Amino acid sequence: MILINGEKVEMPAGTSLLHALARIGITMTSTGVAVAVDGEVVPRTHWEAYALHDGARVEALTATQGG
Amino acid sequence: MSLGTAPAAPAPQQSDAPLQIAGVAFRSRLIAGTGGFQSLQLLEQALRAARSEIATVALRRVAVDHRLTESIIDVLQAVGVRLLPNTAGCFTARDAVLTAKLAREAFETNWVKLEVIGDERTLLPDAPELLRAAEELVDDDFTVLAYTTDDPVLARRLQDIGCAAVMPLGAPIGSGMGIRNPYNIALIREAVTVPVVLDAGIGTASDAAIAMELGCDAVLVASAISRAAHPVLMASAIADAVVAGRNALLAGRIARRLHALASTPEEGLAQLT
Repeated sequence: MILINGEKVEMPAGTSLLHALARIGITMTSTGVAVAVDGEVVPRTHWEAYALHDGARVEALTATQGG
Repeated sequence: MSLGTAPAAPAPQQSDAPLQIAGVAFRSRLIAGTGGFQSLQLLEQALRAARSEIATVALRRVAVDHRLTESIIDVLQAVGVRLLPNTAGCFTARDAVLTAKLAREAFETNWVKLEVIGDERTLLPDAPELLRAAEELVDDDFTVLAYTTDDPVLARRLQDIGCAAVMPLGAPIGSGMGIRNPYNIALIREAVTVPVVLDAGIGTASDAAIAMELGCDAVLVASAISRAAHPVLMASAIADAVVAGRNALLAGRIARRLHALASTPEEGLAQLT
């Protein structure tokens, strides 16, 4: 199980971050998004190789109105 | 500013020098906040009416499917403004620093409007956390524009850390209360050499003009435009007020005096009775 933006998703340990991000429509070419796992920024170039551990907290963020 | 004398005005000049933030020049002195607009279409119209060259943007979780989300970035790029990501909603230095890093990743800019909030009801900045976050971000090569209280000492500390601009509040965010302590804003202008951007509190055009007359280098306005009955018209009014206030500062206002000073000469006055 991993957490994507606070929602529990059943995925095995070792799932790549890029694969998990596809669940919310994010691909390598998505613009204006940034991703953190367990409170650390994961640069786009590492998404594919990044293997998620069980219970990983993925936060995928994008631009919204504010300020 | 004092009640008895006119504030020291910059040397008279024909045309104003551009605003400079971290070595980048801007003709507009009105930074647009993008929060609170009913639609992205209205935001786009208001940004054009405001003639802004910088607009803030916030980071929030991607909704159910990112591909279905209409992007504010497309709007801001169409208008041609520079993005200024904020760290709104962060209550700790740690969260603010991480948010700034995510913004740098998402928007490919190292500029950040640093907000570290200390109180939910007033949304006032948390000074110790703000200083901590500013220090860490400056060390990490961010260009930090720090949202701060109207405390001149804190503003100077932020400058000393290496912030590119200080953004003191006139009144709490979204309150529309104007500039509650104009003397402190004038003191901040004296205390630092980096740009001073009046942020938060502006309720209408005259508040923006006062900020500029106090010597602020720019103002940031969000709610006063986005929540006005007619946002596009208010954007235009505030843009005009910013120019008017800036020109009034450069023109050098007259001293305040308790008694009248006739503008018509007494010499040659007729003896009628």
